[in-house]
Amino acid sequence: MSVLTDTTADLLGSGAEDRSGGQLLEISMGPQHPSTHGVFRMDVTLDGEKVVKLKPVFGYLHRNHEKIAEKESYLGCMPYTDRLDYFCSITNNWAYALAVESLAGIKVPERAEYLRVITGELTRLQNHASLVGFLMQDMGASGTPLMYAFREREKILDLFEALTGARMMCNYMRFGGCRVDAPAGWMQQAQKVVDAFPRFLDEFERMLVSNEILMARTQGVGVVTTAQAVNAGFSGPMARASGVNYDLRKVDKYGIYERFAFRVPLGDHGDVYDRYMLRVLEMRESVEILKQAMRDIPAGPIMDPGTKIRGFRPKAGEAYGRIEAPKGELGFYLVSDGSGNPYRFRVRPPSLINLTLLEDMCIGQNVADIVIILGSVDIVLGEVDR
Amino acid sequence: MLGEGILKGLTETARNFFGSYVDDERLTTVQYPEERLEQIEATRDFPFLVYDGEDWEKGMRCVSCQICEKECPPKCISIEKSKDKKPDATGKAQFYPAKFDIDISVCMSCQICVEVCPFDAIKMDVVYELSTEDRFGGLLLNKEQLSKSNEYYNKIHPTEAGAVDAALAAEREKARQAAAAKAAEAKPAATAVVGAAAVERDGTK
Amino acid sequence: MNLETVKQEIEANVPGCAVDMVLNGSPSAQHSLLVDAAHGFAVAQFLRDGAAVRMDYCSNVTGIDWPVKEISTKVKTKKMVDGVEKDVDEVVKTQSGGYLEVVYHLYSVAEREGPVIVRMRTEDRAAGVHLPSLTPLWRSAEYQEREVFDLYGVMFDGHPDLRRLLMWEGFEDFPMRRDYVDPDDYEYEPTAHDEVLQRTREHWSAEDCK
Repeated sequence: MSVLTDTTADLLGSGAEDRSGGQLLEISMGPQHPSTHGVFRMDVTLDGEKVVKLKPVFGYLHRNHEKIAEKESYLGCMPYTDRLDYFCSITNNWAYALAVESLAGIKVPERAEYLRVITGELTRLQNHASLVGFLMQDMGASGTPLMYAFREREKILDLFEALTGARMMCNYMRFGGCRVDAPAGWMQQAQKVVDAFPRFLDEFERMLVSNEILMARTQGVGVVTTAQAVNAGFSGPMARASGVNYDLRKVDKYGIYERFAFRVPLGDHGDVYDRYMLRVLEMRESVEILKQAMRDIPAGPIMDPGTKIRGFRPKAGEAYGRIEAPKGELGFYLVSDGSGNPYRFRVRPPSLINLTLLEDMCIGQNVADIVIILGSVDIVLGEVDR
Repeated sequence: MLGEGILKGLTETARNFFGSYVDDERLTTVQYPEERLEQIEATRDFPFLVYDGEDWEKGMRCVSCQICEKECPPKCISIEKSKDKKPDATGKAQFYPAKFDIDISVCMSCQICVEVCPFDAIKMDVVYELSTEDRFGGLLLNKEQLSKSNEYYNKIHPTEAGAVDAALAAEREKARQAAAAKAAEAKPAATAVVGAAAVERDGTK
Repeated sequence: MNLETVKQEIEANVPGCAVDMVLNGSPSAQHSLLVDAAHGFAVAQFLRDGAAVRMDYCSNVTGIDWPVKEISTKVKTKKMVDGVEKDVDEVVKTQSGGYLEVVYHLYSVAEREGPVIVRMRTEDRAAGVHLPSLTPLWRSAEYQEREVFDLYGVMFDGHPDLRRLLMWEGFEDFPMRRDYVDPDDYEYEPTAHDEVLQRTREHWSAEDCK
């Protein structure tokens, strides 16, 4: 039985022999594959170079975060959220804190809200910067763009270390505020980093945006339409690259986001190039938000004085809190039975749900395109597998 | 023209390469371990126990209340409470940990133990070259290995330690005055005053 | 958007369905709708395609396990004791739970409304764990329903590819259920205490503990 598609038949020529015997090749990409950004496996069925079937296999990093959380106190869950999407620990803390605050009706002081926006947007900058670096790496630009991106990310991680004590596992937020206030001189140092950031973006743009190889590899690859994106639950840059105008910072206006003027960039084509450009544009908007937040930040307390951190027992009930994390809509669904541990602790992982259409995006593409399509989704396996 | 974009990109790479000879900002790496970056003050990695004075056994602030053991998310702390009481740095009779182990290969440096400690007895260290071939000998720290002086704490986190020292001094002064006032009234038990102070501090956390 | 109007709208348009409001006691005040399993798919389809505010975006799908729980409440009753009427406290035992619950958080991207929280409950926790799959309506439910099946054991009828997602093929239990007993063959851990230490001791003999 011949399973050749029209394209491969064309390639082989009408009179040519089918040397593969017309058989499909099944290969396993991952879990130990550098391009899968972690321990992620795809069972790919190939017809020559073309993908005909792709089944993602999850669970290599599964540790049942949700079960662990059911045995921890509400405070004890906080450091575990750092380890979900370990690139953006601060936004993970924020989403969890938001869910607990909504569960228990806690108000957050003004200054803490500003600190959350500042650290959250810095997280977005470093996440997007390293994502575009990794995407170039996946495309074969070995090292250079990634190292430039990491050079900038390093400056932001230094800021995190000076503020929270850790570069990646920040454990910074608490329900009712933030753990520590910015030390003396931190704001000036952050201001410097933020002011210098557009220079990096310009440099990156000069280096890559008109690059012919980049365009040939990314334009028209892995297209997702607007309707598909909404139906598949895409969120964050993945949805907006497909033209879905849905940014939780504008929709939910959680925290104090309505005070800042910023635009939401949208893509037209929903291909890998749009997803790449969208992240670059989002970084420019984040810089704008940061400038406004640093200008306006008031003095004052950083913790709600009425909130008991240790021995915290919210009333029985449930709450779903979600924020616009750098990877998409990160939500925490908490059910409390009135005890000191959450009865149910659910993480809505944007990375996992953004992978829903991976097969649809890859079918008909070349093997090498799987790598960049996966790279453009921006997954972190700590969050996908939990 | 095809290839123009690539050439444009390469000039940027060249600028960075040659720039790294003249501009410190473009040369961002250091030659570890010969060269080291300056320690950032807030840095934390693993917990240690603070003691006052010269002798770590006598001056240990920990009174073995076991709150950190209970709150530690990955459960890497193991404490055995003493049967007897010993005088602490201020001379009050207190329980002390007969055993205090931290398995730093399990510890995830979240510093929740520091946050919940009502006695400022456990703080975060900054040492990082801890790799060893001996899983249990090298990474399971006992009471003696964990104990570090208050001077050391002041050296690694000067701002934070200064605030803690000031708060502790104020509190001890208050406790002393309260004890003196009570002693003038009747003959109270010294331990009861310390206990009251501990409860009061616990409530503020 | 008022959940009460959504409820009335559903009742008017999906004949025969039973929709209950589940009130949420916490300050978040996110109330939800409990839909019977038989009409779950029809209600979801109506919410997606026919409602005044169309829920085109299914954000979050999750399961909750509610094992049987006995609740004792004291009720004051009047009883005749030795011919005299007296107020007597009587303990009434009621049972709650005994089912698995699946919760869907629906939003409208077009109208920027939401959430409408829809819950469905299984009959019990053993044989009757079947619920209709909403994956044909929202692709985003595909992996999440697989996860609920994997961790809670809810069978979604109509799911195109109901396999385990996170645990491996051949794993038998459902780890997120409240009565799941996790394996006790812990590795040697020097700082174990309390429950962990006790379970380790029970599992390993004295020589192994060394």
